Amino acid sequence: MTQLPTSTEKSLGLVIDLDTCVGCQACVTSCKEWNTGGHMAPLTDYNPYEGGADGVWFNRVHTYEQEAANGCGHDRTVHFPRSCLHCDEPACVTVCPTGASYKRSSDGIVLVDEDKCIGCKLCSWACPYGAREMDMDVGVMKKCTLCIDRIYNENLPERDRVPACVAACPAGARHYGDLADPDSPVSRLVAERGGVDLMPEMGYRPVNKYLPPRDRERTGPAVTAPALESADPQGGFLGWLDGVLSR
Amino acid sequence: MHPAFSVIFFTTATGAGYGLLALTGIFFAFGAVPEDRLFGFFALAIALALVTGGLFSSVFHLGRPERAPRAFSQWKTSWLSREAVAATATYVPAAILGIGWVILGSDNAIVGGAGILAAIGALVTLVTTGMIYASLKPIPQWSSPYTVPGYILYALMTGATLLNALVLLAGADHSPVAFLAPLLVFAGWIFKNAAWRHNDQLAMPTSAASATGLKGTVRSVEWPHTEENYLMKEMGYRVARKHAEKLRLFVHAAAFAVPLALTLLSAVTGGTFAVAAACLAALVQVPGILTERWLFFAEAKHTVSLYYGR
Repeated sequence: MTQLPTSTEKSLGLVIDLDTCVGCQACVTSCKEWNTGGHMAPLTDYNPYEGGADGVWFNRVHTYEQEAANGCGHDRTVHFPRSCLHCDEPACVTVCPTGASYKRSSDGIVLVDEDKCIGCKLCSWACPYGAREMDMDVGVMKKCTLCIDRIYNENLPERDRVPACVAACPAGARHYGDLADPDSPVSRLVAERGGVDLMPEMGYRPVNKYLPPRDRERTGPAVTAPALESADPQGGFLGWLDGVLSR
Repeated sequence: MHPAFSVIFFTTATGAGYGLLALTGIFFAFGAVPEDRLFGFFALAIALALVTGGLFSSVFHLGRPERAPRAFSQWKTSWLSREAVAATATYVPAAILGIGWVILGSDNAIVGGAGILAAIGALVTLVTTGMIYASLKPIPQWSSPYTVPGYILYALMTGATLLNALVLLAGADHSPVAFLAPLLVFAGWIFKNAAWRHNDQLAMPTSAASATGLKGTVRSVEWPHTEENYLMKEMGYRVARKHAEKLRLFVHAAAFAVPLALTLLSAVTGGTFAVAAACLAALVQVPGILTERWLFFAEAKHTVSLYYGR
């Protein structure tokens, strides 16, 4: 049903650290690899080996240049992974005419039932974050499942029961857990680092949080490393040599 | 937003069809259109052909058309589902009106009541169509207060132009439709100008900084992909903004100015000239309203474009 649950037992989601993300795209490829054989399979590619290559992806990493509000000299490059935020007010669910889109009351994950989807695209229009992508081959809408086929998969060792993107991240920039529990490691991380919602003014109340880059002035090295040798040697052998060669 | 022809045809055809059905139903109930059965046949057949053709066009726009009946199930939350229900329900009074008027040649209270109910059904369906777009917060040009009244007004306007031509073709002079048609075209024109003025001043409801959770100025330097993807094709459509000026000029002329002049002419003149002017007005309005709807889609901007620095 497209009516939203009044509350969910858990709010499973991701916390993404924009300070440590290096933009390596490992989460992107790992997501594609797992999910093209997972719950929403396949993640179709069109013209993969020609011009106009295109396809369905649940996770895409953008790169931005951020010029801090406090003036010049603090520009930085920020890599920004974008995927479904499993919102508490997901308009993508309520606009669905068939009941294919739903939000689970058990863990808050937003899913698409591929067997019910008619491929009207309306949910992708309703999402301000561009989280949903249509599979033109199959004719249905696809989206991130938070890897429900990993996180509850008893055939996997317990440490691997996390979304594929989280398991793949070499920089530890992606964290997974219950954001409804204020004592969970992810909730504590959000509190400690001042994690934010994306587009909070749109009112979708996303579950996933983003940790903004740390202030570089406070965390950078206090003393600049000295040059390897003096550029203007005074006296001694090097002074004599410098004098001879400078003539 | 990508202007898919199936959806443009769907909204304009069902718009004109429901406009024609609503006006025919009301005027029939009050005896203000010819009660001739042949006229009834043509008015209702054209209205229902436009509605049905539009609805079929929207079904073939789906990725999985064979599952379309599922769209009736979620009327509690989804405006698209409500539209499906309202559109189907409207066929019932429309059918009673058609059977009573055209086949039985009756104009009793039941048939007249069916005319009123068909009009109400048509208007409710137009509201649901408008609300599909008006309820989408990521697209400011659609979630504007002009969307729903616009859908109703342009539907009644195109319906009135069609009805006017049909009434004159049936040989009825001095019908109230003769003055209603130019009045609605004029009202539509004023409203479209106001809607464009409003939309041109609209800002995005959010910013790149808010979309990324970063403070300060945020510039896109690298996209996640080198080729256009679904999001760019569906929501990053930009051709219209380049030609918007010329296309709007065409809409001014073909959807409003020329039909207004022609329907006025047909109202104040008579005979064959009036019939020809009324028919020409209806014909000229077809490319005009199609272009208007093309711009409605193509000029709309989705918040996802912020992620792509557009």
